[in-house]
Amino acid sequence: MQFIQQFINGVHVGSIYALIALGYTMVYGIVKLINFAHGEIMMLGAYVGFFAIGLWGLPFPLALLVAMVFSALLGVVIERIAYKPLRNAPRISALITAIGMSLLLQNIALVLFGPDPQKMPAVISKEAIHLGSIQISYLTIVTLVLAVGFMILLELFIKRTKTGKAMRAVSQDKAASTLMGIDVNRIISVTFAIGSALGALGGVLYAVAYPQVEPYMGIMPGLKAFVAAVLGGIGSIPGAMIGGFILGIMESLTKGYISSQWSDAVVFGVLILVLLIKPSGLLGKNTREKV
Amino acid sequence: MLQVRDLHVYYDKIHAIKGVDFDVKPGEIVSLIGANGAGKTTILHTISGILKPTEGFVKFQGENISSVPAHRIVYMGMAHVPEGRRIFAQMTVLENLQMGAFTRKDTVQIRRDMEKIFTRFPRLKERMSQLAGTLSGGEQQMLAMGRALMSNPTLILLDEPSMGLAPILVDQIFSIIEDIKAMGTTVLLVEQNATRALSIADRAYVLETGKVVMAGDAKELLANTDIKSAYLGG
Ligand SMILES: Nc1ncnc2c1ncn2[C@@H]1O[C@H](COP(=O)(O)OP(=O)(O)OP(=O)(O)O)[C@@H](O)[C@H]1O
Ligand SMILES: [Mg+2]
Repeated sequence: MQFIQQFINGVHVGSIYALIALGYTMVYGIVKLINFAHGEIMMLGAYVGFFAIGLWGLPFPLALLVAMVFSALLGVVIERIAYKPLRNAPRISALITAIGMSLLLQNIALVLFGPDPQKMPAVISKEAIHLGSIQISYLTIVTLVLAVGFMILLELFIKRTKTGKAMRAVSQDKAASTLMGIDVNRIISVTFAIGSALGALGGVLYAVAYPQVEPYMGIMPGLKAFVAAVLGGIGSIPGAMIGGFILGIMESLTKGYISSQWSDAVVFGVLILVLLIKPSGLLGKNTREKV
Repeated sequence: MLQVRDLHVYYDKIHAIKGVDFDVKPGEIVSLIGANGAGKTTILHTISGILKPTEGFVKFQGENISSVPAHRIVYMGMAHVPEGRRIFAQMTVLENLQMGAFTRKDTVQIRRDMEKIFTRFPRLKERMSQLAGTLSGGEQQMLAMGRALMSNPTLILLDEPSMGLAPILVDQIFSIIEDIKAMGTTVLLVEQNATRALSIADRAYVLETGKVVMAGDAKELLANTDIKSAYLGG
């Protein structure tokens, strides 16, 4: 029974990691950049959700929407001002810029909101469904439904729509995409917007679960989501989803059966193992193109 | 259709194209030939807007397109089949063709054009839902040409379409190029296989280290002994 309970908790937090991991993997897929500011985009999205609920009194779905739109715009602006000028620069320059952006956003949050954690209002009933000795909270259900729902939407968007297909084309070959008439800059913006909006969704759900917001809240989930993306195969969208769930479940089982203190060590140990055994990740691409 | 005047293109400090002039008239097949590194690919990239000239200009259908973003030029009716095919390996054959029609909104006509492509390239139809990266080299070239034709271009730029293909496939590619011309699309053809290119072209320009060194009627160039010794291995 305890196993199933821990497993459910893992699925809950894993779905949040998966949402955040999607932002890393989509951005990596399209501009080959690890956007280290993604955790902060998620954090700021969580703050916007926090204000929308606590200050402006918006209902939860609307607050989510506002947070997602905010982060989408933030992601697009960051790409335009910080990453786009470095698109043809050495990879390491863009990576360092991303780390700088991450620190900058943390400090902006620190100045604007102060260092103390603020309590997230309980927007979702604390009640739980009891199945024998197993409890599934409404929050877990809401989180899962939202996470999986948006993943399905994302998958449909990418597989079925013209813009979604163009995103895949751009991630494979920018020059060839341009020759199809695709505006590569626009597609990159769309990718940052979607990835950042999903990050904000993850951020608000994370804030509701813990339940607080603070300027450093993006760091650990951001890192774990990054590990999830690498575990699934960075650049692979289903990989990020699966990686997020696996990571959440592993973390939760470690907390339940070994110790809470070990859970982060296990998570990062997994990253090292994956990189050693299968550097391209579970669903990573290893294809060669014919010449 | 296309006018190139006093074109200069640099890669940083490397002066790759040093003042090139040429024209392509509607309905023609014009061939650019020249040895490796002569600047053929660079010229095509400059025409389709991927590279920008430092001097000179490219006019397409009377409009100076030297500073038009590359993706907008596709909307004006120019398609470019790049060197090395550059198909989207992780997408299906069908999706590649759909990307070729990215600039278009006329879904009914797109479907009709897709059928035409499938009639011309039956292999692509058989492999419609296969990932493009799993196609053979020849099939990939067919796909790259089919994809470009899906934009319904008035001018198509072909960069070494016969490169690395078996002789039978080379024949097929050249007959497709003649078909493209017959359908009313103007062709600018870059080829290493100069004999074959000259035999289907109307006119040709010979490039050497970023300059046009000879120009004229394709048949005359084919007969020219200097060209033979320099480019046709004779
Ligand atoms: N990206 C680049 N950076 C620097 N120099 C380049 C680049 N691309 C091409 N060049 C140089 O520009 C010149 C022209 O190259 P280009 O690729 O246009 O030749 P080409 O005629 O297409 O040759 P090939 O027949 O081998 O395809 C060459 O000297 C080449 O080394
Ligand atoms: Mg070339």
